[in-house]
Amino acid sequence: MTEMVEKSVARTATDTAAARLKRRYAAERRFKAYGIVAIALALGFLATLLITVFSNGATAFVQTEMRLDVTFDASEMGLGDDRSPDALAGANYLAVVKNAIYARFPEVEGRSARRELAAMLSNGADITLRDLVQDDPSVIGTTRPVWMIASDDVDMAIKGHIPRTPGTDGARLSDQQLGWLEALEQSGAVELKFNTLLFTTGDSREPELAGLWGAIVGSFFSLSITLMVCFPLGVATAVYLEEFAPKNRWTDLIEVNINNLAAVPSVVFGLLGLAIFLNFFGMPRSAPLVGGLVLALISLPTIIIAGRAALKAVPPSIREAAMGLGASRLQVVTDHVLPLAMPGILTGTILGMAHALGETAPLLMIGMVAFIVDIPGSPFDPAAVLPVQVYLWADSPERAFVERTSAAIIVLLFFLAAMNLAAILLRKKFERRW
Amino acid sequence: MQLLILTVVLLTLATLGYRLGRGRALASTGGNPRLLHSLPSYHGYYVAMWCGLPALLLVAAWLALEPSVVRMLVMSGLPADVQTLPEERLALLFNEVRLVASFGKAPSTPAVGVAAEQYLSLRQLSFAAMAVVSLVAAVLGLTAAQRWIQADLRARNRVEKVVSVFLVGCSTVAIFTTVGIVLSLLFESIRFFNAVPITEFLFGLHWSPQIAMRSDQVGSSGAFGAVPLFAGTLLISFIAMMVAVPLGLLSAIYMAEYANPKFRAIVKPLLEVLAGIPTVVYGFFAALTVAPFFRDLGISLGLSVASESALAAGVVMGIMIIPFVSSLSDDVITAVPQSLREGSFGLGATRSETIRQVIVPAALPGIVGGVLLAVSRAIGETMIVVMAAGLAANLTANPLEAVTTVTTQIVTLLVGDQEFDSPKTLAAFALGLVLFCVTLVLNVVALHIVNKYREKYD
Repeated sequence: MTEMVEKSVARTATDTAAARLKRRYAAERRFKAYGIVAIALALGFLATLLITVFSNGATAFVQTEMRLDVTFDASEMGLGDDRSPDALAGANYLAVVKNAIYARFPEVEGRSARRELAAMLSNGADITLRDLVQDDPSVIGTTRPVWMIASDDVDMAIKGHIPRTPGTDGARLSDQQLGWLEALEQSGAVELKFNTLLFTTGDSREPELAGLWGAIVGSFFSLSITLMVCFPLGVATAVYLEEFAPKNRWTDLIEVNINNLAAVPSVVFGLLGLAIFLNFFGMPRSAPLVGGLVLALISLPTIIIAGRAALKAVPPSIREAAMGLGASRLQVVTDHVLPLAMPGILTGTILGMAHALGETAPLLMIGMVAFIVDIPGSPFDPAAVLPVQVYLWADSPERAFVERTSAAIIVLLFFLAAMNLAAILLRKKFERRW
Repeated sequence: MQLLILTVVLLTLATLGYRLGRGRALASTGGNPRLLHSLPSYHGYYVAMWCGLPALLLVAAWLALEPSVVRMLVMSGLPADVQTLPEERLALLFNEVRLVASFGKAPSTPAVGVAAEQYLSLRQLSFAAMAVVSLVAAVLGLTAAQRWIQADLRARNRVEKVVSVFLVGCSTVAIFTTVGIVLSLLFESIRFFNAVPITEFLFGLHWSPQIAMRSDQVGSSGAFGAVPLFAGTLLISFIAMMVAVPLGLLSAIYMAEYANPKFRAIVKPLLEVLAGIPTVVYGFFAALTVAPFFRDLGISLGLSVASESALAAGVVMGIMIIPFVSSLSDDVITAVPQSLREGSFGLGATRSETIRQVIVPAALPGIVGGVLLAVSRAIGETMIVVMAAGLAANLTANPLEAVTTVTTQIVTLLVGDQEFDSPKTLAAFALGLVLFCVTLVLNVVALHIVNKYREKYD
């Protein structure tokens, strides 16, 4: 009897223990699963973002062009016998473009129908012809097939971004235009070609003519200024704080300041730039010079912190050996410590530059959002930079600008990836462990 | 361009100085460098410094002072009735003069044309004078320093002195930047608070910064009550933290406690990629993909979701902050000593029990500090909210509605045409001041928590 009782108690005890253990193990598995789910979600977001951008932007690297038989009629162009460069530049190419497409569809009559017909070509089609004629004036008087840029709506329809079935919502082309497009396509006169304009022109109100080159040059000027200002400043500060500074209130103050600056929102730096550089010093608005200076102030803390870490990693034995051989403290730094720390400093600098390349908000404050068509020739000219171009295009209503924006993002991400890769390679190649 | 040439000429002179100084030092001992106090190159640097530094400093000072002096001279040349105009009109006028002079814009009045010509001639005169003065300074420095070269000249010490002054000067730039931020924000804010009382700004419930051009204009009251902006900022930051803290913390825990090194080596850099993507890309993503997604989801659930909902902006901002939270927590979790884990395992705890009851409490100050830093980043984040959050200042706690934030308003107030003295523009600086103060306090508190409550295990 007693034995039985003991047995049942023992059984319940092991049962509860086993049940509890099971619960605990289940909790363990759940907890582990939470971690995996969290990581999967974060990476899933990253993948969604990249896929969205790339799937939207990939088509922007090609551009719909139409082949039309163009008759370069001197009298239509208003040229007469004059073939001087000025006359060629000022000739009426628009009329030639229109005649070419009217000739392709001779059955179209009436002003509004003809206007719709002409609207299928880009406003920039005449520029193609002008370049052609300027290259080789002998084409005047001949008729030859020319590939010309299609309008953004045609481009979007060809790429399948807007519906092509007549009468659907969101179809930006009229039924007539869709019919003409069909006819052109069937005769092989519509093709997707590599979009060179994207990499050679500046901004434009017409999506099919808008390019990134102005923004790329603007970013290049801005980052050059940033690098020229903040590399010497950052390295000098890091060297001072790490190698020379006495430990006192003054250097503490500097350190606290640097750490705080690293955490100040970048838009506040934009306000600083607006109040000090633009309004106080009267520097030009929208210029890469000011943008570069503001970006330099933003990336200065990053570079100082990276520089100090790199200097700290140089073992003291090297300093002691150099001093033992009679080098002065400055000679120790310039001849031994700095060269050894340089790969680390450069890695930090490249990462800081990459960060500066993606910075947008402070540049909006100093007027770099202006609509600028010209390619900047110097850091003093008004310019856009890549991320600001993304912002400007993202704000534009045309469907074709969604594609352009994604393309601009792809280009921006490409530059960022290249810079980060350079930093990683630099670190791999020169990293030394003592 | 001219300036570039002048700088190059000065630098060439300095290089010449280096060679002269070096040669002279060697010559003074008959070509035996061992008899010199300093290496010959230091003698060279010594002469180069005397040649280049004063001249370049002179150029810098000249450039800093030139605009205001030229402006004063041009303004005093204008007709008397123009000079009595108020300060803002004068500034506009001078701007026009500059445009006419530099870009060949057609002058609106003959007086402006005359002033523009005078402006141009003054600029040219000033540049010529600067070039002559700096070149003279360079040549004087060169010849004088060259004479001072002797075998026992302590050239190295003097050069090093200058270099150390330069280093100290560079390190103070950080301080000047902070001072510059504080002063510029403060001055403009004070001017703003002269027009709008500070209590109205901080506690007012109505924000509509458009100021009526005409008195009969509707809906442009020029109200500057910033509470809706603060509420909107907090709402979006809260949503962002609801996304970022669980995801960031859990992935950090998994990465630090469960993952094998191979998994870690691949996933950690991938997570860091999230931090490297420019915020303007997140803004585009939020506006193009996430906001319509939430709107459609809301429609299918029978909810009305604004197309610029706080939810979309907040979630995307949260994604952006995940790597920030995870890498900071990862650092503190890996810093918890191994002996604590082993003690807990020894008592029979499972891994998750160890994490929840030992490791997280031990790492808590660091995690809280990291979260506070992430909050300050969320509050200061601009591009996502500019592109994905609304402009209308709604005072609401409903994440499905559109709200606006402090940073959005700063950008909208300052982008586009602006006159610098209207309260509308100045309001941006007041908002900037609030933003600066809040993020500063958050950072100081975060660092304080991390430092004060950090367990000392060794």
